[in-house]
Amino acid sequence: MEIKENLPASMTDIQNEIIEEFSFLGDDRESTIFYIMELGQKLPELDGKYKIEENIIKGCQSKVWLTADLDGDRIIFNADSNTDITKGLISLLIKVLSGQRLEDILKADLYFIEKIGMGQIIGSQRSNGLVAMIKQMKLYALAYKSKLS
Amino acid sequence: MTQVVENIDYKFDVGSLRNRFPVLDQHVNGKKLVYFDNAATTQKPDIVIDAIAEYYKKYNANIHRGLHALAEKATAAYEETRIAVQNFINANEVEEVIFTSGTTESINLVASAYGRKFLQKGDQVIISELEHHSNIVPWQLICEEKEAELKVIPIDENGDLDIQSFESIIGDKTKIVSINHVSNALGTINPVEEVVQIAHEYGAVVMIDGAQASAHVDIDVQKLDCDFYAFSAHKLYGPTGVGVLYGKRALLESMSPYKGGGEMIKEVTFEKTTFNDIPYKFEAGTPNIADVIAFKVALSFVEDLGDKKDILSYEQSLLSAATEQLKDIPGLKIIGEAKHKIGVISFVIEGLHHFDIGMMLDAKGIAVRTGHHCTQPLMSKFGIEGTVRISFSVYNTLEEVSVFIESLKQIVEKWR
Repeated sequence: MEIKENLPASMTDIQNEIIEEFSFLGDDRESTIFYIMELGQKLPELDGKYKIEENIIKGCQSKVWLTADLDGDRIIFNADSNTDITKGLISLLIKVLSGQRLEDILKADLYFIEKIGMGQIIGSQRSNGLVAMIKQMKLYALAYKSKLS
Repeated sequence: MTQVVENIDYKFDVGSLRNRFPVLDQHVNGKKLVYFDNAATTQKPDIVIDAIAEYYKKYNANIHRGLHALAEKATAAYEETRIAVQNFINANEVEEVIFTSGTTESINLVASAYGRKFLQKGDQVIISELEHHSNIVPWQLICEEKEAELKVIPIDENGDLDIQSFESIIGDKTKIVSINHVSNALGTINPVEEVVQIAHEYGAVVMIDGAQASAHVDIDVQKLDCDFYAFSAHKLYGPTGVGVLYGKRALLESMSPYKGGGEMIKEVTFEKTTFNDIPYKFEAGTPNIADVIAFKVALSFVEDLGDKKDILSYEQSLLSAATEQLKDIPGLKIIGEAKHKIGVISFVIEGLHHFDIGMMLDAKGIAVRTGHHCTQPLMSKFGIEGTVRISFSVYNTLEEVSVFIESLKQIVEKWR
């Protein structure tokens, strides 16, 4: 099997890594929120020219901009938000999904979300937003797939 | 021990008062709960919670139509709440009190039943920049339907109504003026008496949205001389799903029913229906019996607290303490510093999004409201998307204010 150095690890490996990182935080909500915000602050800011209406994900309480660029049969996702918590959440999705193959993104099972108890951490409103983000990322994969075929 | 703030000796003892609210005695995210979201809904005292259970355990029955003992008892209890509400707002007659599902439905009722009948093409309805969406959208809908014009009274940078502008906007075409007694987003107490007086000079009827006022300021609809007044039980220590619409008898009688169904009729044939008298004309269908009955208990709870002036001055002592300490936090800006306010503070912090602040406070066990507070036009006026809002109730304490300020300082130091 050919392995390129710049390719991301498998989605399973990345998700397991996230689950492990969150397990260190235990049940302490404050540390968990702070950790997600720190992840958010580390996410590179999206250039202003991409922060346009057509890149906004509908269904999120906060403003979320998402871009998806095709690189061979893989998608590079970039995103930004006006709140650090939301940026943190997107950064987790980007970590798992960005750079992956279209096929893999489409059938991705993002089990880490449940494993780390994200629903309890972020509440029902933001959980809906998270679902909207995932849906949009998969829609990009679907759109590129039909474009390529 | 009675809590003494600024040398005012309150009749109520905050310590034992808190014990009446079971929900307050808990830890959230490992921290002692500080509930500062009272403008959204107040917590419920034990007697209100018990009254709901008591109704279902002992005399659950449909009201007004049944002849049996349980129906009699439930009907009597339901109607006793109407009398309690009449006394609470000093309405002239008990029939002027209509039960709805909440303030939103009360306003919609007036917009639909009064607006649809009396608004003509080219007429005007006046609201203010301070309004909650529920006192904007019903008027937009009816104005669109009747080709009437919706005008807006501006506010100044402190969040006070610009009465001079109101006087320049109002005219002979103005048929309805609908404003809130107290702003939910900024806490401004509006000069409603003055608004009513000016509106009446032009022959307009006045609707007051009292959702945020009922727990904090005196309501005397006769003294105020307003034509309609609306408020919700759940912001007044009562259950959710119960609202009140007060209306002057002559106006209510002149209006057509808003909803059709059981209870609101005198006689129905397939050819024609004659309608019941007020208030039943506006209460179609089985109402929220249990919660209306429990609402009476909430009203007596408020009465037992003593004079509303005492309640307000206690809450304002929390407001002054919090306002003063918030101003010491770098980058923090208070939105809305009206001359007269209830215990509500909206604020933004430079470099920190209100949602993030809300999440971090929640992690510290502090419940606040974040967002646009259903007042998007007001937020646009201040050039912001939303704020963090804290709102006090009679069971909050200066100690909780200190915990909140300390927590907010920690957040600002860590994240800004």
